[in-house]
Amino acid sequence: MMALPAAVGPWLAGPRSAELLFPILALPVLGLLLAPLLGARGARLLALSSLSVGLALALACAVALVAADAPLVYALGGWTAPLGVELRLDGPAALMLVLTAALLLLIGLHAAGEFNVRVMGRRATLAFWMLLLGVWAGLNGLYLGRDLFNLYVAIEVLTFSAVPMVCLKGHAEQFGAAFRYLLFALLGSALYLLGAGLMLGVHGTLDIAQIRAALDAAATPPGGTANAVREATLVAVALMSTGLLAKTALMPLHLWLPPAHGGAPAPASAVLSALVVKGSFFLLFRLWLDLIPDLPALNVGLLLGGLGVFAILLGNLMALMQARLKLLVAYSTLAQLGYLFLLFPLASGTSGGTAATAALMQVVSHALAKASLFLIAGRILAAFGHDRLGELDGFGRVMPLTLLVILAAGLALVGLPPSGGYLVKSLYGGAAAELGAWWWRPALELGGLLSAAYLARILAVAVRPESVSVTASARGHAVTAPLRGLVVPALLAGCALFLGLVPPALFSLMDVARPGMGSAAAVAAVMQSALTPAGFWNSAGPAMAVALLIVLFLGAGESAWGRRVAVVGRGLAGLEAWLRQWRTAGALLLCLLLIQGWATVA
Amino acid sequence: MTEVQIYGVCGAGLVGIGLYGAILGRSALRRLLAFNLMGSGVFLVFGAIARRGGIAGGTLSDPVPQALVITGLVVAFAATALAVALLIRLAAVDREEAPPSAEPGSADAPSVATTPSAGSPSAGTSP
Repeated sequence: MMALPAAVGPWLAGPRSAELLFPILALPVLGLLLAPLLGARGARLLALSSLSVGLALALACAVALVAADAPLVYALGGWTAPLGVELRLDGPAALMLVLTAALLLLIGLHAAGEFNVRVMGRRATLAFWMLLLGVWAGLNGLYLGRDLFNLYVAIEVLTFSAVPMVCLKGHAEQFGAAFRYLLFALLGSALYLLGAGLMLGVHGTLDIAQIRAALDAAATPPGGTANAVREATLVAVALMSTGLLAKTALMPLHLWLPPAHGGAPAPASAVLSALVVKGSFFLLFRLWLDLIPDLPALNVGLLLGGLGVFAILLGNLMALMQARLKLLVAYSTLAQLGYLFLLFPLASGTSGGTAATAALMQVVSHALAKASLFLIAGRILAAFGHDRLGELDGFGRVMPLTLLVILAAGLALVGLPPSGGYLVKSLYGGAAAELGAWWWRPALELGGLLSAAYLARILAVAVRPESVSVTASARGHAVTAPLRGLVVPALLAGCALFLGLVPPALFSLMDVARPGMGSAAAVAAVMQSALTPAGFWNSAGPAMAVALLIVLFLGAGESAWGRRVAVVGRGLAGLEAWLRQWRTAGALLLCLLLIQGWATVA
Repeated sequence: MTEVQIYGVCGAGLVGIGLYGAILGRSALRRLLAFNLMGSGVFLVFGAIARRGGIAGGTLSDPVPQALVITGLVVAFAATALAVALLIRLAAVDREEAPPSAEPGSADAPSVATTPSAGSPSAGTSP
């Protein structure tokens, strides 16, 4: 028994710990190459087993990182930057590695019943498991890379794996959605690549740390050349940032997300929504926080934060109006992505660490809750043959446990203590208060209340007296769909709902190699007041009031008020549909590019 | 104007033309071709940067951007192949799902007179 710790010791806490970074990058690629040789049946086993090994490796990386208390750096082939490729692991990257491996494994286990040869046929089965490994490879590359061009390759691997996931079922509208997704993402990557090229021209290197060092060195004697270098760098970053915004689907650049996430098979939607859009966000996090030394002095934080607020409000309102459950969940993703961007205006001074913690917590919390909701939406789709909320009256009466999981995941998004959503809102609130920027606070609260509203709408549909078709399909479903399909969604929703109860010491993983982050202390401070009765009611009370209002409004049926609200809703939906037109979105992409360039340089 | 500047300006111009076409292009194929044009512009900018001589110094071209361009070309090629494959499948599926009754001349026209069940149930996604 003593031999095992002695054997793994050098890797977990010792001189060889950096060597862990290579296998975690190589494993998914290796699996991807081997899968076609093994065929559709073998691919599933290969993907699931390599994901299990990958999860163990990711955990080992996290343990080694905490033990070393310094970033793990591995130079591939012994070549150091700028010529060689360096893998570098810091706290946030380790968190993302573990989250990605764990989520992909759980989603894979859930999908193992659906994506096998008997149900989906050879072609779609093989494609799904290979694409899952491809997404994993791209994401791991994004977390570990420090070279702007290698990050570009990683994000392209991610996009090329994510796009075909949309059209696995092979319907015409899915191909259309996939094409739209691909083309818009390609526009984004061309802008990113142009930015990277300019960066290479300015600094002669693409390594993030070296560019940062060059910028810091150039800033010391303020003068003509230093300013020129700085402005050229900022233009390059604005180009890259705009490209990444298109890939992250920050409203109003979201035209591709609702059809893609709403039309994909449920496990694919879960992967796309929980992880893929976070990949490009993580790169934005690196660019603005690690590469640019004086983000607070730039107005671009204000721009990104403003767009985040726009996404929170419009995304939630659109979610409230959707006729289909999967589209509702997709629009809710758009709103939740908005929370991520509140990081940028708040990431300055002493509150910067708290804001960064909040953004990373939002990544984790939303990934867990949204994966759960998409998997559940797939279960409802399978049970009733459709997911139109208008015809699902009383589905909660025939599937009470499913409804319970929806509620748990939804409450995590609303931000009920001790959920992840609560942590995010309190941490952002604390950071905003410290900066004296109180105006971000109402958007946070309003977003939570609107989430409560659409959750109440689902609940109201679920508990109505059941319609005939629902009863009939439920009877058939009880035979075909075992409760086993609820295990993974329930686990994910439970994790999201009780994220705040994780011992604060564990959050110190995020602090490694990031000075001034202080995640553990911030989380501990927030959770102290969360579970007192006053703290609980402060956040739960308004949400419950809104939910009650929505239920009453829906129950009242036709009324003058209802008609007025419907007119406003139609206007809003019309505006949003206009934003989703290709030409509008393209023009907005250009506008955002110009505004970002102007806001950074001016 | 030095040759590096000429190449740089040409690259920028190609990016602009490509962006224009990708945003305002009427058909999917045109937008895809415009994206390729934009990619060519980006690669030309890389070439201009290489020609200036980089960290290696001297009068020779910097090999690093050239190596990056080759990788970028492979990525752009893969992207185009994926997009074209999607378009071909889209066209094939559209033909399959269209009703067989239509005459050869009116194959593109949207069919209204068929039974409602022929339309896909989840098509009405836009709110």
